Amino acid sequence: MVLDDLVTAIRAAHDARTPLRIRGAGSKDFYGGLLAGEVLGVAGYRGIVAYEPSELYITARCGTPLAEIEAALADKGQMLAFEPPHFAGATLGGCVAAGLAGPRRMQAGSVRDFVLGVKLIDGTGQVLDFGGQVMKNVAGYDVSRLLAGSLGTLGVLAEITLKVLPRPLAERTLVFALDEAEALNKLRQWGAQSLPLSASFWHDGQLWLRLAGARAAVEAARGKLGVMPDFQPASVDAEKHWISVREQTHKAFAGSPLWRLAVPGTTAPLGLDGLCASEWGGGLRWYAGEGEGLRQSAAQAGGHAVLYRAPESRRCLEGAFAPLSPALLALHRRLKKAFDPQGILNPGRLYAEL
Amino acid sequence: MPDTMASPEPSFHTERSTLLAALRRVLPAHCLLAEEAELRPYECDGLTAYRALPLAVCLPENEGQVVDVLRTCHQLGVPVVARGAGTGLSGGAMPHAEGVVLSLARFNKILRLDPVARLAVVQPGVRNLAVSEAAAPFGLYYAPDPSSQIACTLGGNVAENSGGVHCLKYGLTVHNVLRVRVISIEGEIFEIGSEAPDTPGYDLLALLIGSEGMLGVVTEVTVKLVPKPELAQVVMASFNDVAQAGDAVAAIIAAGIIPAGLEMMDKPATAAVEPYVKAGYDLNAAAILLCESDGTPAEVAEEIARVTEVLQAAGASEIRVSQSEAERLRFWAGRKAAFPAVGRITPDYYCMDGTIPRKRLAEMLSAIAAMEQKYGLRCANVFHAGDGNLHPLIMYDAARPGEWARAEAFGAAILELSVALGGSITGEHGVGIEKINQMCVQFSTPEIEAFHRIKAAFDENGLLNPGKAVPSLHRCAEYGRMHVHGGELKFPELERF
Repeated sequence: MVLDDLVTAIRAAHDARTPLRIRGAGSKDFYGGLLAGEVLGVAGYRGIVAYEPSELYITARCGTPLAEIEAALADKGQMLAFEPPHFAGATLGGCVAAGLAGPRRMQAGSVRDFVLGVKLIDGTGQVLDFGGQVMKNVAGYDVSRLLAGSLGTLGVLAEITLKVLPRPLAERTLVFALDEAEALNKLRQWGAQSLPLSASFWHDGQLWLRLAGARAAVEAARGKLGVMPDFQPASVDAEKHWISVREQTHKAFAGSPLWRLAVPGTTAPLGLDGLCASEWGGGLRWYAGEGEGLRQSAAQAGGHAVLYRAPESRRCLEGAFAPLSPALLALHRRLKKAFDPQGILNPGRLYAEL
Repeated sequence: MPDTMASPEPSFHTERSTLLAALRRVLPAHCLLAEEAELRPYECDGLTAYRALPLAVCLPENEGQVVDVLRTCHQLGVPVVARGAGTGLSGGAMPHAEGVVLSLARFNKILRLDPVARLAVVQPGVRNLAVSEAAAPFGLYYAPDPSSQIACTLGGNVAENSGGVHCLKYGLTVHNVLRVRVISIEGEIFEIGSEAPDTPGYDLLALLIGSEGMLGVVTEVTVKLVPKPELAQVVMASFNDVAQAGDAVAAIIAAGIIPAGLEMMDKPATAAVEPYVKAGYDLNAAAILLCESDGTPAEVAEEIARVTEVLQAAGASEIRVSQSEAERLRFWAGRKAAFPAVGRITPDYYCMDGTIPRKRLAEMLSAIAAMEQKYGLRCANVFHAGDGNLHPLIMYDAARPGEWARAEAFGAAILELSVALGGSITGEHGVGIEKINQMCVQFSTPEIEAFHRIKAAFDENGLLNPGKAVPSLHRCAEYGRMHVHGGELKFPELERF
């Protein structure tokens, strides 16, 4: 598949006003709102275009499996620091379009923090180049980062350049027996110190903590935290554990419907039923169940709730994402129109009105 | 002095008396300046070569007044240029001759500092360094540290997506701001981003940061604070050859090290700095590197050992490691004083801001050496080497006829080479009015049209900072007539006149 194939398909859809559903591996078909339109498969547009370890960037086409990218990076001792989930064969395009980061987010940042450039095909079939391959670039509006998390509603992210980072020299996982409130409290205290915390995961009375960084820093932190009375030896292989958190194959994520609450990390326990896990130092909390009052509680805490895994009909009815204020929604619609005037790209996937 | 710039396109015609009468209805007298002598200090920002006198300067004291000023200007169709401390280097805050300057100088309060959540909510007129000073008692600081940090304000930092010497490890403004409160030209208030991760909807925060006052006026900024490292140490390495120094930078990164800071200065720069600051720089070196490591003492010791090893292997002729905090600050003092030091040896200098892939550094420096001959002007180079951001300082004398024009052409040539080498015309200073023509080199018609559509989604009538940051296609057509690349005319689809 070449770029022109995608351009031709989008132009034709634009002219005929045919809605398109952009799809890589389909590993996140469950995520967001409505799946509408003719499938525009982009998995065939794949391959790493450029990778320069000493320049800290990789450029790849949207259909490139994350596994292929991460293997190339691991070969040079580097990584995608935001630790994205792969689910079933996720591709780079879907990874950036969905904007979902994994456990290391609390230390390294989100997907958009690592986006340096995007070659976009907009809703009229035009190819646009934003950003580039250098770390610092403030020429023009930062459209590349705007596209992270836009769920394909502004265009096909045909080629993406990401900043990459060296893998940490050392990693250690510690486990503590703590209830939710104690765990949040500890995380708050530890966060204020210069500790190399790269991930946290609380579930069912256990707080898992991953330290990552320079050997000396990790060992020093382990020495400091490992003497706590609540310390427990890890019961399973630590690497496997973090993969199960990243991939959400851990039993904590088995409930349905599954809600993803993003709140300020220091928010006290919300005291709602159905809590199954929390991550990112308390900034991300997972709930299973009907979700009575979740949206309101999250909003009151200064955050928001995503109806993450649920039947499509329910996600469409209630909206997968927390509603926007009327003024913000109007601005979103104007931006959508600026890139996709006919509204043919992934209509309803992010919000029903987009 | 260079000529005063005519008002940038597009053109506006404002009835001064109508405007002033309308502004007087919404602002108390002490918040409005309209006399020429009062307006004069606002005629330019840190880029003094471009000037224009506004019709009025508004100094609102509360958000309601900002809303009123914007609504008034929107109703009357008057351009508005928001301004922080005016330290910007690209003319982004240069006034519009038919418009008003909206100064956020009186929005100078830190509204909340939460050491537990590690964040601060500040007004846009708060100085960058003031945030770190307020956070210091809690062992925290605000990471982005542009060299103007004692004066520049957070509002301006947001507008320009400012960097600093530590952004390789700690990120730019965009990585350190959680939320902004923004007023649109129509006076509508938007909350963008939040203290919680992954705000729903489009990442408008990314779009607003670095938008150069074109999309809205910020009235509140929530920033992340980070724990202050226990220790920082600097390695200073000399090289007999700039290409070797450039390779050493790549070697450090390739070894898996992300230093807290990685800076380079060439011989003309160290020669200018040393008599002024007495930092102890090796004046025989063709280039010096400063590489900072921070963290716990054990972590720093480990990293410094690795850095030293890499630098030795890369052929450093001399390596020194700061042995005390005083020595570390002295090593940095020279780098931080590079601009004023160059200012002492030349009547005027013109600072450029291109970024390039690190591996093209030697190529860029030899091209700059050739340009010094071509334009008959000297140039000193300081370089945020870790992230490929070059600050050539072109020395000229504005009093000599023709020198500014040569400096301008020299600067344009550097920026265009930055693009050709795979980089960008601006890493952290912004496009403003200064690099508006070079935007036509970095982007082609479809992207520039997309930028205009984004602008229109926020500001339909183009009243916020008109003529800055994004060129009109006509301007590009005019500029393209002078700049034909590889025999191909850019913007062939446009009429020529």
